[in-house]
Amino acid sequence: MTAGPGSARHDVTAIVNGAERRARVIPRLLLADLLREEWGLTGTHLGCEHGACGACTVLVDGEPTRSCLVFAVQVDGCRVDTVEGLAGAGPGLHPLQEAFRSRHALQCGFCTPGILMTLVAYLRLHPSPSETEIREALSGNLCRCTGYQHIVQAALDAAAAGRAAAPSA
Amino acid sequence: MKFVGDRHLRKEDPRLLTGRGRYVGDLALPGMLHVVLLRSPHAHARIRRVDADRARAHPGVVDVVTFAELGGAARSFPMVPPHPELRGHNFAPLAGDRVRFVGEAVAAVVADSRYAAEDARDLLEVDYEVLPSAQTLTPGAPAVHDDIPDNLAGRVTLTRGDTAAALRAAPRVISVRLRIGRGGGQPMETRGLVADWNPALDQLTVWASSQVPHQIRQFVADLLDLAPHQVRVIAPDVGGGFGAKLIVYPEDVLIPFLARRLARPVRWIEDRLEHMLAATQEREQEHDVTVGFDDAGRLLALRDRFVHDTGAYTPRGLVVPLLTASMLTGPYRIPAVESSFESRYTHRVPVTPYRGAGQPQAVFVIERVLDLVARETGRDRAQVRLANLVRAEDMPWDTGLPNYRGSGHVVLDSGDLPSVLRRALESARYDARAAEAAAARAAGRLLGVGVACYVELTGVGPFESARVRVDAAGRISAWSGVSTQGQGLETTLAQVAADELGVTPADVTVVTGDTAGVEHGTGSFASRAAVVGGNAMALAARDVRVKARALAARALGIDESDLEQAGPTFADRRRPERRVTLAELARLAGAATAALGVEPGLESTRVFQPADMTYSSGAHVALVELDPLSAAVRILGYWISHDSGRLINPLIVEGQLQGAVALGIGSALLEEVAYDEAGQLLAGSYMDYLLPTATDVPTMAIDHLETLSPLNPLGLKGVGESGTLPVPAVLASAIEDAVGLRGGHVTRMPLGPSRLLDLLPPHP
Repeated sequence: MTAGPGSARHDVTAIVNGAERRARVIPRLLLADLLREEWGLTGTHLGCEHGACGACTVLVDGEPTRSCLVFAVQVDGCRVDTVEGLAGAGPGLHPLQEAFRSRHALQCGFCTPGILMTLVAYLRLHPSPSETEIREALSGNLCRCTGYQHIVQAALDAAAAGRAAAPSA
Repeated sequence: MKFVGDRHLRKEDPRLLTGRGRYVGDLALPGMLHVVLLRSPHAHARIRRVDADRARAHPGVVDVVTFAELGGAARSFPMVPPHPELRGHNFAPLAGDRVRFVGEAVAAVVADSRYAAEDARDLLEVDYEVLPSAQTLTPGAPAVHDDIPDNLAGRVTLTRGDTAAALRAAPRVISVRLRIGRGGGQPMETRGLVADWNPALDQLTVWASSQVPHQIRQFVADLLDLAPHQVRVIAPDVGGGFGAKLIVYPEDVLIPFLARRLARPVRWIEDRLEHMLAATQEREQEHDVTVGFDDAGRLLALRDRFVHDTGAYTPRGLVVPLLTASMLTGPYRIPAVESSFESRYTHRVPVTPYRGAGQPQAVFVIERVLDLVARETGRDRAQVRLANLVRAEDMPWDTGLPNYRGSGHVVLDSGDLPSVLRRALESARYDARAAEAAAARAAGRLLGVGVACYVELTGVGPFESARVRVDAAGRISAWSGVSTQGQGLETTLAQVAADELGVTPADVTVVTGDTAGVEHGTGSFASRAAVVGGNAMALAARDVRVKARALAARALGIDESDLEQAGPTFADRRRPERRVTLAELARLAGAATAALGVEPGLESTRVFQPADMTYSSGAHVALVELDPLSAAVRILGYWISHDSGRLINPLIVEGQLQGAVALGIGSALLEEVAYDEAGQLLAGSYMDYLLPTATDVPTMAIDHLETLSPLNPLGLKGVGESGTLPVPAVLASAIEDAVGLRGGHVTRMPLGPSRLLDLLPPHP
C-alpha cells in the first residue's frame, strides 16, 4: 500500500474464521479491503461502500458489521467471521446455505454473503422468527435479483431445521 | 424431455454460497495497477485545460491519461444499432474538449493502489468553461451536439389504419397526458474491468462485468486497432445487470487501452456514486394520448405522441422509444393506431434499455387508457380488458405496427391472453377482493385492487452460438454466446444440453460469457438468453449425439437402431456387455480418418437465428392499502399469471418473476433519478435513491401457463424482464381504486410520497 497521509503502519491480529491472521496496515485501510485485498477473502463483497446495501456484512465478535464502514485497525484482537468460514472445514454447506440453495434464494449471488452473515447472527438470537420478523431482519440488506421471497422462505426453513436439530434450544 | 421442465437446483450455487464466486473485483493479477476516473462536475462545459503535473508526481502514481493521450483510440464508438432516422452520437473512451453530463469521465489516474489513485485524482486541475445545459425536452434548449442544434436524435411515426378518421368516427374520445421519470438497473455489483496485455502473444485479456462480452471485444479491437482474435473478453461471475451492463461503456475500451499502454494488468471497479452518476438509465418520457372508444368500452382508435429523453449520447440508438412506440397496443386489438415520438438529447446520463426496455412505459400508457375507458363507461376494469384482448383464435396476431428492429410487424406468435387474465383474476379472487375493497373504502379505509395485462417482446436475434464438446476424458463442455448475471444459465443450458445428449445436467459444464468459447455471440438482454441461447445449445448438443451414435454404431459394428444409450455409455441392445463410452468415442473422433465418415472431434458449433421475436404474456393483480395520513402504500397481495412458453426450470422462472416485480415496485414507488436545473444529480447514494427492501416487496402467488412458441425448436419464450412490465400500471390501477372517486388520478410514475399525498381524497 502506497505511502500517503497518515501512512504509519499498524499491526492487526485477528481470529478470522477460526484461524489467527496478521497484517501491517495503514490507518485508513478499510476492513473490507483488508479481507479482500490482503487476505484474499473475496467472498465479502462491496456493493455501495457507504453502509447502505449490506453486501459487505461480516461478523466482528459475533456482531453483524459492515466491513466498508470499519477500519482494519478496529478489528485488532477481534474475532472476524466471513462467508468463507460459514460451512466450517467440511465439504458440505451450512444449513442456511443449504436452505438458500433449495429455495433458489440467490441469483447473481453478489449480495448473498452479506445476507447469509446477517441471518446467521439473527437466527442465533431469534430461533423462531415469524415471516414479518425475518423481513425486518433483512431490511438492511439489498438484493436486486430475487424480490426477497425465496430468501425469506429459506430463512424460515433454516430456522425450522435449527429448531429440529436442537429441540431443547 | 427429462430435465427440461425440472425444478433443478442451480449448479452455480455451491460456489456462490461459499464465497468462491469470482467476480471481476475478486481478480488480483501480479503487478496489477488500479485506475480511478475523474468525472465532470458540470452538465455541460468546455474543457480548456487539464493540469496533471501534481497528480503525476504523487507517490504511487504510474500514469495519468486524458483524451490527448488516447492516440488512435481518441474517437467515438461505432453506433449500435443504426436506424435511418437516428442522428446518433456515441461515447469516446474519455471526454474530448466538451463534457455533456455530470459524471462523464475526463481523465484516468493509474496508481499502485486505489487509495493512492484516489488521492492523486484530487490533485488534478481541470479548467472548465461552464456552459448552459439542456435539462428539458422542450425545443430551444442549448444544443448537446453542435451538429444537432434542435437536440432531435430522431423522430418516428408508426401507424395502423387511419387514426384521425377513426377518432372522428368514435362515439367517445378522451385525452390524457402521462409522464414517466428516470430510474436505473442498479445491479448490486457495480461495473468493473480487469485488463491484461500479454506482449508475448500480442494479446489482450479483458474481464468485464458485462452483459455483452462479444460486443466489447468488437469495440476494443476496433478502437485499439487489434484483430478480434487478439482480444479475449470474459464476463466472469457478474453481480446482476438489468441493462446497466448492456452497452459498451467508455471504460470498457479505456481500461484495455491502459493495460496495453502500460503493459501491466490494470483494474477499475466503479464505485456506487460513479454508478449513480454515469451508468445508463431509462424510462423518462412524456406521452400525450388520445383514445376513441364506444359505450361497451371497446377501443376504436389510439393516438400517442411522446417525447423521449435520450440523454447526452445514443449508444443504443432509438431502441428504447422504438420499443415503447411499437409495443404500445400490447395485448389489445385496436383497429387504428398512431404512435409517434421525438427522441431528444439532454445534458444527462445517456438512456439505454434497462429491465423492460421501453415496454414498461408502453404498458403504463395503454393500461392507464383502459382504466380511463372503464371509468368513463362505468365498466369493470377487468371486463374492459377482456373485451379488448387479442383472443386465442386470433393468433398469430399482427398488431400492424412495425417492430423495433424494422424487420417486420409486431406479430404476437402464440398465447391465450384472455385465459391468462381470467386465471389471474381467479387466483386473486378478484371479484371478492374488489367487493372487500369497496366495503373497506365505505368504512374509511383506502383499499384498492388493480389489474394490468401485458405482452413482452422476447427472444431477440439476430443469433446466438453454442459449442458442445466431449473431450477425450469424457468431460462435456458447453459454451454459449450469452452471458449470465444471475439468471442461472449454467443450470438451464445444462438441462437443455443434457436432454439432447441423454446425460444429466451434472455431466455438462456450461461456460458463458467468454469470447474464447464461441467465436460469435450476441449477449444477454431483451429476455433472449434462454430462448436464443437455449435453442442454439439444443442444436449443438443434438449434433453431438448424432455424431456419437454414428461413431458408436461403427465402433461396435452394429446398426444405429441396435444402439442403447445409458447416460454416457452406448451399448449393443442385443449384447449389452459390448459397450463404448463418450470418452472413447471422443478419442476415436479425435483421430478421425476419412474412413470414419465424420469430421474430427466429438463436438459441434451451431448458431440459432430466430425468424422473429416471440412474445410472452401475463396479467398481474394487486391489492394495496394507502395510509390515510401519510399516503404510504402497502401491497397486501400480489397475483401473477404468466405464459412464457415451455419452462426450462420453473424454480428459476419464479425467481425471475419475483425479482422483476420487485424491481417494478421500486420503479413505481421508490426510485427516481432526480436532477436539479443545472443537471446535478440529486440522488447519489442508496440513502436517497431507494431500492426496495424485504419489507417493501410482498409475497407473490405465481401461476404458469405454457403455450409453446412455434418460432423455435424448444417452444421457448423469454421471461427475464416480463415481471417488471405491468408493475407501475397495476399499482397505478390499485392506488387509483384505493383513493376512490374523490381521490386523484395517477398520471405519472414514479409515485413518491409527495405525489401520493396529492392523490388522497380530501378529508371529509
